[in-house]
Amino acid sequence: MTDVLERPAPAEGHGHEAHGPTGILKWLTTTDHKVIGLSYTVTAVVMMVIGGAFAEIIRAQLASPNGTLVSLAQYNELFTMHGSVMIYLFAGPFAFGALANIIVPIQIGAPDMAFPRLNALSYWLYLTGSITMLSGFFVAGGAANFGWVAYAPLSSSVATPGSGADLWIGGLLLTGFSAIFTGVNLCATVFYLRAPGMTMFRMPIFTWNLLVTAILILLAFPVLTAGLIMLYADRHFGTHIFSVAGGGVPVLWQNIFWFWGHPEVYILALPFFGMVTEIIAVFSRKPVFGYKGMIFATLTIGALSLGVWAHHMFTTGTVLLPFFSIMSLLIAVPTGIKMFNWIGTMWRGQIWFSTAMLMAIGFLITFLVGGITGIYLASPPLDFFTHDTYFVVAHFHSVVMALVLGAMGGLYYWGPKITGYMLNERIGKAQFWFLFIGTQVFTLPMYLLGLRGMPRRMAIYPQHPSWQYLNDWATVGAIMIGVSTILFIVNIVYSWKRYPAGDNPWDGHTLEWFTTSPPPHHNFYRLPPIRSERPTWDYNHPEHRALEHGHGTPAADGSAR
Amino acid sequence: MEPSALPPQGGPERPRRRGRLRTLLILPLAALALAGCTVPRFGASPGATTSSKSVFHLWQGFSIGAAIIGTLVVVLIAWSVLFHRRRSEAIPRQTQYHIPLELTYTIVPILIVLGLFAATMVVENREVANPKTNVVIDVNAFQWGWKFTYPGHNVVVVGQTTQDPTMVMPVDQNVRIDLTSSDVVHGFYVHAFNFSRYALPGVLNQFTLRATSTGLFNGQCTQLCGLYHSLMFFRVRVVSAGQYQSWLASQANATAAQAAQSATSQQISSIVPTKQTKG
Ligand code: HEM
Ligand SMILES: [Cu+2]
Ligand SMILES: [Cu+2]
Repeated sequence: MTDVLERPAPAEGHGHEAHGPTGILKWLTTTDHKVIGLSYTVTAVVMMVIGGAFAEIIRAQLASPNGTLVSLAQYNELFTMHGSVMIYLFAGPFAFGALANIIVPIQIGAPDMAFPRLNALSYWLYLTGSITMLSGFFVAGGAANFGWVAYAPLSSSVATPGSGADLWIGGLLLTGFSAIFTGVNLCATVFYLRAPGMTMFRMPIFTWNLLVTAILILLAFPVLTAGLIMLYADRHFGTHIFSVAGGGVPVLWQNIFWFWGHPEVYILALPFFGMVTEIIAVFSRKPVFGYKGMIFATLTIGALSLGVWAHHMFTTGTVLLPFFSIMSLLIAVPTGIKMFNWIGTMWRGQIWFSTAMLMAIGFLITFLVGGITGIYLASPPLDFFTHDTYFVVAHFHSVVMALVLGAMGGLYYWGPKITGYMLNERIGKAQFWFLFIGTQVFTLPMYLLGLRGMPRRMAIYPQHPSWQYLNDWATVGAIMIGVSTILFIVNIVYSWKRYPAGDNPWDGHTLEWFTTSPPPHHNFYRLPPIRSERPTWDYNHPEHRALEHGHGTPAADGSAR
Repeated sequence: MEPSALPPQGGPERPRRRGRLRTLLILPLAALALAGCTVPRFGASPGATTSSKSVFHLWQGFSIGAAIIGTLVVVLIAWSVLFHRRRSEAIPRQTQYHIPLELTYTIVPILIVLGLFAATMVVENREVANPKTNVVIDVNAFQWGWKFTYPGHNVVVVGQTTQDPTMVMPVDQNVRIDLTSSDVVHGFYVHAFNFSRYALPGVLNQFTLRATSTGLFNGQCTQLCGLYHSLMFFRVRVVSAGQYQSWLASQANATAAQAAQSATSQQISSIVPTKQTKG
């Protein structure tokens, strides 16, 4: 059964793009998921560079106990906007708007997203929201300065007047709607546009993870939207939802924020887990080990992540500690399953150390550190000890820097498919080593600082000059990470249209490697038969189907059982 | 529990097994607590209260688990990465499932997590208990300073930012803290106590500290509270019971004057170098 499903190629001059607008107008009016996805990718990477620049200023300020690079007020704006830009404008949109937009429809053999115009709207809302939030720097009083979590009542109009805060709320509302629309779109696409033969249990892990991500978006983001509207109403319409004076409850904000905020952690992480899964399987030349267990783990993580929000509020003294503690600890189990599945995939493989694979291995190690330190924080007594210190900053930077490694892996892996050209591997590997080592040099001292009692969000630490030594190491690590980002940009410029990729440069497994690079307007001229979650591999290596352990027969025939 | 009401296979077996499980979990912990001094500190310290010591032991327990599991995973990653570099075009065995293995790495982590949870509960229940005591201190956080009131003694200590207001408390006695905030959220954090708690507007947070040694300890606000958050320091002075009583007596006289001085009467800009304020 090696028949190929042909889709009629569009007749010459019949494609509507032939009559449509050209140049910038074409870009402005496009509804092609690949163009929108590319716009998302470029915008998100620009946001990462902006957020990274804020981070470098933060680290420069902290290089001495009485840093004078920025004022106390400017410092508060900087870490607020660093965190906000990185989470709201880089990591989230990159996770579910950028590569997902391009790859998910292709992986399931669809011609586009289910709602192409809604997809375009998502992008433009995201761009507008980003500009809105960043424009806070240009208004009197400066940008938002109440931290990326905007705790009430510090975020009230009494404690933080000024339009920077309002622009932050407005920008976040816009990007929030953008996320919700993308969530709707991804769900509809995965449920309705799968090619013949692409059953749910033949979908690639990346697509599965984005489906779960999309469901989490639909459950979590509307809560944030509602919370932001309440916050805005408190600031401007005289309501008192979060103010004690008017009979409101400030802690309600924390509950609303984290009810969105913890699922958000997995909304950010699951897509990168998916990328890493694909990369590891392809570059080990093996199927994903425990494919179904992996999906089960993803679903479990998604479900548990809705019941752990108050682990961010252990020290408020207002939450049921044992419940949120055990729920949070339990998330370690499915996450551990994933880790062992990744190892199982590499086990006795034939590993090709491309830049993408190096980034994925870097992800594993860095995420391991972030995951293990997260287990400490799920234990209330240990959280009382480390809450709001640099231990927490180090913990979540181990996690988010792992995501950055995953994102870079994804760009090196899928970049050739999207653009038709490869990136230079030698510069890529240099970038990897700066990023990976820089991350550890940056985070490890911060763990120690937290244990020595340095609180987060300190512009200066005049009483504790002994903290300087470790802070300086963290700054060195931050500089190395900065160098890696510069190397990435250098690589793009250097490799520009230099190395044509071909359709399947990595001997890929999934459908995107079956079509051309870049794919044609509606993605496919022909499709291979889909008999497992690796249709392209099955087509290219018919004699190497996946095996159940200890059996000589293929595990997958029909469903990937 | 009535075993007879349960189906035969689940009945008499279960409670015994659970009991055995519990000893299995508690034993290493007890051993750890005894051997507290010889086990590495993993970056933490025992601190100066009874709770801070149990938190420290819990920290050591978690760290030993983390070290074992972390090492195991790193070794597994290293082995699969280092010795399987692609050398030829040969295609490896396409193994995809190994159910017993997958079940093992599902069930073992669940057991580990239950163990960590049990240990957590033991320490947590001790830490959040509020035994009866007659030493009570009202701690009130405000932008940007601290106010320590000793109810029934007519003693108030107030200080802003860098004035280092000092909370005095007796050693070896349960001291209950009644924590409040008058404006935004603040964080009451004393590193030597391995402990922090939010000061929330509209909420009374109560907890008990029992210091085990005298001395002067640094405290600081850990929850972002606005412009001078970085400078919202305080100190805790732990003294003997006798010194505590005489301190209370000496302060009671001075307090009338101190209380009159409103918390916000002093201009903050005169304390903090103007260079640091936004121009
Ligand atoms: C070059 C890499 C990075 C460096 C050097 C860096 C540095 C820092 C530092 C030093 C802080 C603590 C500031 C303080 O508490 O005073 C911080 C906070 C934070 N960072 Fe990063 N960071 C980097 C990358 C990222 C990434 C990739 C993300 C997310 C995807 C991220 C998200 C955050 C968040 C959410 C905060 C908390 C902000 C707040 O306290 O309100 N960072 N960063
Ligand atoms: Cu969380
Ligand atoms: Cu503060």
